[in-house]
Amino acid sequence: MAIATKSEGLNFELPEDLKLLRRSIREFVEKELWPVGQQVEDTDEIPDSVMDKLKEMGMFGLPFPEEYGGAAVGELGYCIALEELGRANAAFSNVIGAHCSIGVMALHLDGSKELKDRYMADLCAGEKIGCFALSEPNAGSDAANIQTSAVRQGDEYIVNGVKHFITNGDIADFATVFTVTDKNLGARGGITALWVDLNQPGVKRGPNDKKMGLYGSHTCELVFTDAKVPADHVIGQVGMGFITAMKTLDMGRLSLGAGCVGASQFALEKAIAHAKERIQFGKPIAKQQAVQFMLADIATEIYAARNMVYNGAWKADRGERFSMEAAMVKRYCSDMAIHVVDRVLQIHGGMGFMKETGIERGYRDARILAIYEGTNEIQRMIIAEELLK
Amino acid sequence: MKIVVTVKQVPDTNAEKTFDPVTKRLNRSSIENVLNPFDEYAIEEALRIKEAQGADTTVTILTMAPASATDVVRKALGMGADNAVLLSDDAIPGSDTMATAYALAQALKHVGFDLILSGTQSTDAICSVVPAAIAEHLNIPCVTYVKKLTVENNAIDAQRETESGFVRVRAPLPALVSVTKAINEPRYPTLKGIMGAKKKEIQTPSIADIGADPARLGEAGSKTVVESFAPVGARQKGQVVSVSDAKEGAKQILDFLIAKKVV
Ligand SMILES: Cc1cc2nc3c(=O)[nH]c(=O)nc-3n(C[C@H](O)[C@H](O)[C@H](O)COP(=O)(O)OP(=O)(O)OC[C@H]3O[C@@H](n4cnc5c(N)ncnc54)[C@H](O)[C@@H]3O)c2cc1C
Ligand SMILES: Cc1cc2nc3c(=O)[nH]c(=O)nc-3n(C[C@H](O)[C@H](O)[C@H](O)COP(=O)(O)OP(=O)(O)OC[C@H]3O[C@@H](n4cnc5c(N)ncnc54)[C@H](O)[C@@H]3O)c2cc1C
Repeated sequence: MAIATKSEGLNFELPEDLKLLRRSIREFVEKELWPVGQQVEDTDEIPDSVMDKLKEMGMFGLPFPEEYGGAAVGELGYCIALEELGRANAAFSNVIGAHCSIGVMALHLDGSKELKDRYMADLCAGEKIGCFALSEPNAGSDAANIQTSAVRQGDEYIVNGVKHFITNGDIADFATVFTVTDKNLGARGGITALWVDLNQPGVKRGPNDKKMGLYGSHTCELVFTDAKVPADHVIGQVGMGFITAMKTLDMGRLSLGAGCVGASQFALEKAIAHAKERIQFGKPIAKQQAVQFMLADIATEIYAARNMVYNGAWKADRGERFSMEAAMVKRYCSDMAIHVVDRVLQIHGGMGFMKETGIERGYRDARILAIYEGTNEIQRMIIAEELLK
Repeated sequence: MKIVVTVKQVPDTNAEKTFDPVTKRLNRSSIENVLNPFDEYAIEEALRIKEAQGADTTVTILTMAPASATDVVRKALGMGADNAVLLSDDAIPGSDTMATAYALAQALKHVGFDLILSGTQSTDAICSVVPAAIAEHLNIPCVTYVKKLTVENNAIDAQRETESGFVRVRAPLPALVSVTKAINEPRYPTLKGIMGAKKKEIQTPSIADIGADPARLGEAGSKTVVESFAPVGARQKGQVVSVSDAKEGAKQILDFLIAKKVV
């Protein structure tokens, strides 16, 4: 029996549509993505047939409006989708995330109606792929210090500069590119977001970077040499691009946290199964308190992480400010995911170090989570700034 | 054309199942329920017919299940069905296959149909009886175990799976067809479809609405009685042939199969 109450209280029950969304994506992950998991890892490619299935299902339009063919799942629905995708190779959520969470999100949030009418339908269908180009060799954490320039000439902007580590840079048709339109103003009025067609002579793509993990998802340099962008392809206002970048990254951070929750939950399930099965000293290692305590801590951390993701998403869906929460979610969930997979590997012993269990893959894939979309140090700076303002 | 697909809510195949010792019924409340996997093929076939026939063809989902089965219905709607009928009434629990078929037939008369599509079997009770019994009640042609179906000129042309091949059957509409897993590859509900499913209509007629006689439903209306139930004995461990000489191993396996009269 529960404690006596006359209050309506909080409602943590997911609506029916989001339950069905979760179940459908889980089924899709198990039937379509798990079977190609090792292949994606070995070849560093997602097979075209799988990309087609992801597009057909509507993964590339998850958070966007129905009028453009999107699924309009809301921030909470988007987080649940990414949580479920987190149970497969990180490559899938990375390719979809770079497109939905950041690449196309900037266009969705601040793009003009004309621009959206022209491009969003193809982007939602996955017929065209987007990416987000902010980072440069000399401007990572210090994103306001970007050098890529855009100079207005008649009806066009002429773009010059180099962006690097751009996820989907190899496959994207379009990029949200952050450029300097006024050096003197810097982040306060001098940075402009442009919607750039990457299939033009002024854009060269570098070779794919050789990475520690995330096989199947690629990053590369984008080099702009007198690339041409129509003046009406400015996303939002001229000079207000830095705000667009920050708003977009806020959105991405919650769903990044959701992916961490899904990956950690999946790793925990593997650890539990292994601990019950593996016999040492005449009994399953799950009988050892040292192992039990690791499992208990992992489960507790996932519980906390999942609830902070959902709470942040709830705020976002209500239209409340959630920048600080997004930074907290990103910081906590990514650190947790890295620490979780480390302990899950430990519970697997030597088997965990072997390629065949997939845990070493999870271990390598997790490490980036504390770095991209703003390092965890930068997240702490955002949180502290909110606290001390 | 109006296509109605009969679908059943069944317990998740992977779920741990228990029976109520008093009512001798499956405890359905504590387990996760899903759309009968066989029925996904019937839904897919209906959607393909709709896509081929054009806009004036509709697909209606019909299920008899507890009121909580809306999530199963929404999945079917998410795949692309137009609307649904959920038959749920206090008079229904305890119905056996014949009573179920009677109720579904009454509901079908109520909603109207040109073509009825069913799965071949449910994954829980596995009787493969309901579709034929419905057709009998409605006095329409019944073609079961269909692995290929075409609808043309107000008639169906179907291939019925047999052990050695298929039998080609033609019948005029209205008719009932039950389909096998060979007929197609069911689509996933699209994410957009899932989010749009809540806007689609789910009718919930009562037993009175469909003109069914309560005396022919539930335990009272059922001719079968569950006398007792017992768990299936645990499967015995297989016999492992382990010899270094492959020829000798093959001989031992062959001897074993001959002794069992398998070869
Ligand atoms: C796989 C991958 C995918 C990526 N995808 C994209 C993408 O799609 N689009 C895009 O624009 N970028 C992308 N990036 C770039 C990514 O966002 C940057 O790597 C990240 O922001 C960190 O910048 P940096 O690498 O230049 O590190 P640096 O900024 O050089 O940081 C180095 C270290 O110094 C710390 N540090 C820096 N400044 C401070 C400070 N003020 N206080 C405390 N600590 C500080 C950092 O936290 C970090 O630990 C991707 C990177 C990788 C590796
Ligand atoms: C001896 C016996 C006693 C039973 N006693 C009880 C009881 O006391 N209480 C109880 O609750 N159940 C009872 N059942 C189970 C219940 O009657 C059957 O599950 C039900 O009639 C459907 O039969 P089936 O699952 O074998 O369907 P099948 O005939 O194997 O199903 C074939 C197709 O028929 C359609 N279909 C079947 N059921 C439905 C439905 N409900 N709605 C829409 N379409 C449907 C689907 O298209 C399905 O693919 C009993 C079953 C048996 C065999």
